[in-house]
Amino acid sequence: MTEISQNRAPRRFRFERHASTLLLLAAIALYVILLLALGQVRFLTLDNLVAILGRSITLGITAIGQTFAILVASIDLSVASVISAAAVVTSVMMNGDPAMMVPAIAAVLALGAAIGLVNGLVITKLEVNPLIATLGMSLIIQGVLSYYYNNFAGNVPVEFQIFAYGAWGIVPYSLLFMFALAGLAWFVLRFTRFGSDIYSVGGNKDAARLAGIKTARVVIGAHVICSLCAAIAGIYLASRLRSGAPWIGAEGVYDLESIAVVVIGGTVLAGGRGGIWGTMAGVIIFSLIDSIFNVAGVDAFVKQVLRGIIIVAAVAFYAARSQRPVA
Amino acid sequence: MTEQSLSRPETRKRRLPQINPVYVLVVALILAIIVMNPAFGEPTGYMNFLKRVAALAILSAGALYVIVSGGFDLSVGSIMTLTVIGSSMLASNDPNSTYWIIPLMLGIGLVIGLVNGLVVSYLKVPSLIATLGMMITLNGVAFMWSGGAPRGYLPDTFRFFGRYNITDVPLIGILPIAVICLVVFGATLWWGMHRTNFGRMLHAAGDNPQAARLAGVPVQRVRISAFVVSALTAVLAGIILGGRAGVSVNIGSGFELQAITAAVIGGAQLLGGRGSVPAAIAGALALEAIFTLLNLLGLAQPVRLVVQGLILIGAVAFATYQRKRAGR
Repeated sequence: MTEISQNRAPRRFRFERHASTLLLLAAIALYVILLLALGQVRFLTLDNLVAILGRSITLGITAIGQTFAILVASIDLSVASVISAAAVVTSVMMNGDPAMMVPAIAAVLALGAAIGLVNGLVITKLEVNPLIATLGMSLIIQGVLSYYYNNFAGNVPVEFQIFAYGAWGIVPYSLLFMFALAGLAWFVLRFTRFGSDIYSVGGNKDAARLAGIKTARVVIGAHVICSLCAAIAGIYLASRLRSGAPWIGAEGVYDLESIAVVVIGGTVLAGGRGGIWGTMAGVIIFSLIDSIFNVAGVDAFVKQVLRGIIIVAAVAFYAARSQRPVA
Repeated sequence: MTEQSLSRPETRKRRLPQINPVYVLVVALILAIIVMNPAFGEPTGYMNFLKRVAALAILSAGALYVIVSGGFDLSVGSIMTLTVIGSSMLASNDPNSTYWIIPLMLGIGLVIGLVNGLVVSYLKVPSLIATLGMMITLNGVAFMWSGGAPRGYLPDTFRFFGRYNITDVPLIGILPIAVICLVVFGATLWWGMHRTNFGRMLHAAGDNPQAARLAGVPVQRVRISAFVVSALTAVLAGIILGGRAGVSVNIGSGFELQAITAAVIGGAQLLGGRGSVPAAIAGALALEAIFTLLNLLGLAQPVRLVVQGLILIGAVAFATYQRKRAGR
C-alpha cells in the first residue's frame, strides 16, 4: 500500500506544499469579504484576530501531536478520550488547592505518556491496525472514566486559570504556549535524529528498517508524543472550563478534527510527508471557518452538518488526486 | 521459542475439525448465562435475548460487507438514529404512515450509502474519515429535524417489527417478529456474500484491489455497493431498534463500533478479504451475551465500553498472531 506512493512524479509535490497556504489565504479572504459585505468592520482588528486564534488552542495542541502519529503512517483516534481523562484528572486532583498544581500536571503527563506507550506497543508489538488499537483504547479510557464520573468533577484553583485566561498584552499565554509547542515540534522534526527517523519510517517502513532504524521505537515515540499533546490539551481545557467532565473531549470531536486539520495542513495520511506549520495553518483555517459561521449567524445544528461536510471535503481536496485505492 | 511451539501444537490442532472459534465462544457464553440465570434456558428467556440482539446482528452482517471490501463504516449508528427520529417526526401518530415511511427511510439509506461509497471510491477519502464525517453530518441532520428534542412517537404499525411477539407457537411458545427479521435478513445477507458472484468480487476487491481490478472486477462499483448494503441494513436495524426501544436522540450511538467489534469477533479480517456472515452474527450474539453476563454480575454500563475495547484489540491481535503462525 505505502510502497506505491513512492514512485510519484516529484512535480506533483509543489501543489501539496503550497495548498495549505492557499487554503489559508482563501479562508482569510472569505472572512474579510464577509465582514465587509455585512458591514461588520469592527471585527477587523488585531484583538479579534487574537480572539479567533485563542478559540482553537485545544485543537491546535492536539493536532501537533496528531501530526507526529500521522507522519509515521499511524493515526490516533484516542485523543478525544485522553483529553477528557486529562481534564478530569487535572480538576479532581487539584480540587481548588494551588499546592496540588504541580503534582496534578505531572500525574496527567505521566498518564498521557503511559497511554501513548500502550498504544504504540499494541500497534508495533501486537501488530494491531492503529485505527482499531486506538479506537479500542478510546473505548477503554471512556469506560473507565464514565465508571467513576458522570458530570463535572473537581475544580481548578484560580491560580491555574491563568494558563487559559492570563495574557501578555493582548496575547494570551495559552496562544504563546501553543506556538512555542509548535516551534519545539518543528525543531524536533527538522533538526533531530528522531525527527528524520519519523519521516523515514512514515515514508517506507521496510526501507527504514533495512537502513537500521528501530522502526518500532520510532512509532512508539510518535504515539507517546501524540498522547502527551492530547493530555496537555486536556490540562488546558480544564483550566479554561475551570473543571473537567468525561464528555468534553468527545463533544469537541477532537479526534476527527485533529486528523482533518493535519490533513488540511498537507500532511499525507499514508505518512512520511508534511509538517507542523501546515497543521498550524489548518488549525487557523478551522477557527476562521468557525468565525465565519458565527458572523453569518449559522444555527448550531446546521453548523454541525456543515462541519462534517467541510472535513470530508477538505480531506477529499488532497486525496482525490491520489491514484491508489484507499482503505 | 517459536520453532518449538510451531511443530507440535499445529499437528495436534490439524486433527480437530476447523470450526470458527466464535461458535464455541457463543455456546460457552450462553451456557454461562444459563448457569447464572436458569430462566434464560426457557423459551421466553432466550427469545427475548434474540429479540434484543436482532438489530445488532443484522447491522454487523451489513457492516461486514464494508469490512470485507476493505473499509469501515462508522456512519451506521447515526443512520439508525436518523431512521428512528425521522420516522417519529414523519409519522405524527398516524398508523397508516408506516407503509410509506419505511420505503422512504430505505431510500434515504440508499442515498447515504451511495454518497459514502462515492466519496470513498472517487474522492479517495479514507472510509474511516468519510464515514465519521457522515456520522457528524447525520447526527446534525437528526438534531435539526427534531429541533433537539424529538416530538411524537412511533405508531404501533411501525413498532411491530421490533416489539411484537407471535404467541402460542408450538415448541417455543413465543416467536418475536424481530427474530424472524433476523433470520430472513441474515439469510439474505449470507446468500449475497457467500453464494453470489457479487460476494466473490467483494472478497477479491478487499483482498487485493489491484489484482481484482486486473482480473476484471469493477472494484469501485463493488465497494460502493458494499456501502449501500451497509447503510440499508442500518435502516433495517434502526427500524427494529426503534420498535423495541422507542424514540431517543442518541439511540444509535455506539452501534457502529459494536457492529465492527461483532464482525471482528466473528473472524472478519480488517482491511478486507475475509469474513463470514454467520460468524459475524455469532459475533453479535457473543457480544450481547457478554453484555448480559456483565449485567448479571452487576457491573455498571461503562464497564461494557472497557470490555468492548479489550475485545476489539484482543480479537485483532489474536487474528494477526494466528495469521503469522500460519505463514499468512
